Amino acid sequence: MASGARAIGAVAVLLVAAPLAAVAFRAGGLSLSPADWAALRFTLWQAALSALISVALAVPVARALARRRFPGRSALITLMGAPFLLPVIVAVMGLLALFGRGGAVNAALSALGLPALSIYGLQGVLIAHVFLNLPLATRMILQGWLAIPAERFRLAESLSFTPAQTFRHLERPMLAEVLPGALATVFALCLTSFAVALILGGGPRATTLELAIYQAVRFDFDLAHAAGLALVQVLVGGAAALAAWAAARQAGFGAGLDREIPLTAPAGWRLGADALALGLAALFLLAPMAAVVIKGAPGLMDLPAQVWPALARSVLVALASVLLTLGAALGLALGAARGLRWLDIAAALPLATSGLVLGTGLFLLVHPLAPPTSLALPVTVMVNALLALPFAFRLLAPEALALKADYGRLADSLDLRGPARLRLLILPRLARPLGFAAGLVAALSMGDLGVIALFAGEQQATLPLVIQRLTAAYRMEAAAGASLLLVTASLALFWIMDRRGRHAAA
Amino acid sequence: MRISLAAFVSCLALPAAAETPVLTVLTYDSFISEWGPGPAVEKAFEASCSCDVRFVAGGDGAALLARLQLEGPASEADVVLGLDTNLTAAAAATGLFAPHGQPAATALPLPYDDPLFLPYDWGWFAFVFDRTKLPEPPKSFADLAASDLKIVIQDPRSSTPGLGLLMWVKAAHGDAAAGVWAGLADNILTVTPGWSEAYGLFLEGEADMVLSYTTSPAYHRIAEGDDTKDWALFSEGHYLQIELAGVLAASDQPDLAKSFLAFTQTPEFQAVIPTTNWMYPAAEIPLPEGFETSRPETSLLLGAEEAQAARDPALAEWQAALAQ
Repeated sequence: MASGARAIGAVAVLLVAAPLAAVAFRAGGLSLSPADWAALRFTLWQAALSALISVALAVPVARALARRRFPGRSALITLMGAPFLLPVIVAVMGLLALFGRGGAVNAALSALGLPALSIYGLQGVLIAHVFLNLPLATRMILQGWLAIPAERFRLAESLSFTPAQTFRHLERPMLAEVLPGALATVFALCLTSFAVALILGGGPRATTLELAIYQAVRFDFDLAHAAGLALVQVLVGGAAALAAWAAARQAGFGAGLDREIPLTAPAGWRLGADALALGLAALFLLAPMAAVVIKGAPGLMDLPAQVWPALARSVLVALASVLLTLGAALGLALGAARGLRWLDIAAALPLATSGLVLGTGLFLLVHPLAPPTSLALPVTVMVNALLALPFAFRLLAPEALALKADYGRLADSLDLRGPARLRLLILPRLARPLGFAAGLVAALSMGDLGVIALFAGEQQATLPLVIQRLTAAYRMEAAAGASLLLVTASLALFWIMDRRGRHAAA
Repeated sequence: MRISLAAFVSCLALPAAAETPVLTVLTYDSFISEWGPGPAVEKAFEASCSCDVRFVAGGDGAALLARLQLEGPASEADVVLGLDTNLTAAAAATGLFAPHGQPAATALPLPYDDPLFLPYDWGWFAFVFDRTKLPEPPKSFADLAASDLKIVIQDPRSSTPGLGLLMWVKAAHGDAAAGVWAGLADNILTVTPGWSEAYGLFLEGEADMVLSYTTSPAYHRIAEGDDTKDWALFSEGHYLQIELAGVLAASDQPDLAKSFLAFTQTPEFQAVIPTTNWMYPAAEIPLPEGFETSRPETSLLLGAEEAQAARDPALAEWQAALAQ
């Protein structure tokens, strides 16, 4: 088991390092220029702010979702996850319908005779990053809340804990375990931001490392520079993962009996605060989604024929990525639970990888062996699996650790090993995070443009690539329709897998 | 399982066994989509060449050149379709191209004759606007800078039209270009990574004007029956984008590649261009109804060497002006 986990960890590191090394080797070295420091500063600043704001806002939302029961709660949880699954440019267009120059907010402001707000600038970058990442942060923290055994809350209740005491003894230790990972994940995601930062950042002030990499590869063909920048990006992401790993404290609640215990959530102003947190978050996350639906609906009627095979390819790629990622993430999480803590870092590294350098490096590695177009889909599966690995691992790792602490000795004493241990203990106990992770990986893979653009010929286009081709040919309406189809399919895959996980767990 | 695997392998082997020569054309994404020129071009050429045309797509023009440089002489491509005049100096310097041996294209507004690169279409850059919202468009860069109009442009570091605008300002204003950019800074709503994001923002009503082509309104007129879009005539003249094809020196089908380049100048190829690629044809053919309402009097274009030499200083000026 442990040697398997080591092998998976080594492969993950290799898949990040080998393409980067291939690019650097081809270029004969690494280089950086003085202008890169400005790009690094802006990148770090916006990523840090985006992570802090996303996670700070996610805490009250996750708490409200964890302790309140109301009709439609489950649907709300699923729908609020949708922005994270949007292709970036679709998300930007949805936000602009709300916050843009001609958007609803500015229309309301001007009706009230107030000055207009501009979304273009650092504030726009932050709004978009929070919109895209608040759902993920909320779900990660919500998983943490749900992982506290209900018996502990029951005990707190019977001891007449005040909400403040419950926070100190139950919620704060859980947050200390979960928040560093959530912060590091959102931070690393925003590190590689490119289109959002540029479009909403308002110009060259908002130059990120990924844009500098793009320029180095595409316009300067300066591969040494691209490799240098990509290395900086991976190192910063790795450092964030390391900091999160050092900061995280295991809460150690012990095992519960998995009983559904009706708890009385605090009433009074806290009920109002929870309702406000949920209402604002739902408005902020769902209003731009509604704009995406309204914009896409007319185009749905009249989709070009290429869309359907592309959708089928995207779904197949997503399912293959799910199998690959979950296998790897489970292996890594179980290994990390057995004390191989370097796997934490190995599993986080792909998060900060530059997509363009990864694609370019793989292209260099593949090209001497076979025509890249013949390997377009396998390479896409592999890259999507690699890029989704950090999320799946982050969801599984804490629960694998708790599983080991709570049931490890019992299972060992029963000599429960190998496939039997997997079937009887691990899969049932981890069904909830596995289902959630599977849904997330599938949706991420569906929406990812990633490396397919570098490898695809006529016959391998995935849906995001077809959408890009539509927008490049003035077909904005068809593109909006195809985007809506993509979002719907991603959300459906996510919903099916997440639901299966929750049902298997219950 | 074994049977299906065998069938799969024999499928893979079929094209090689049939011994039809394969012409591999590396081009940009939008060329090969079902609404682009690709399918019609493929059909027309295959009708006469007794060969199999295979398209390989790789992003936009700049991405094509980067890809060729990655692949070097080992590239499977025989022909590249989609470079532009801002890339030719770098493309020629790679030594990967062979002379195409064709006469110069006839329908360009400026003479263009290059032994390595043959134009197959072209267009003028222009700012596109909505007539119903902007009755009096600016008539020059100075006019635009003095107005409080908001424009969306593309980033010259990641997009070909973005680089085209940089060259346009440089060609029109030379040493005064930095001043022009300083004047435009407060008109630039934002900068996008590529053409489609900018055009999308404009269509959403975020900006008054967008950097695109004089032929963009033709798309709305012909494909959508919408006559509200127009382009603003600038007194400085308009910069040209010429899209080029080239033959790769390492091609294993050099004769077929050259005959494909000759084919790009024929009416079969050219007639497809205006209403699929929405650019002007490079050979004299009648334009479709409604394609053109007027054209600029002055065309601007920097030579290949000039454009390459101008790029880095112009980029620095642009960044300095917009980073204020």
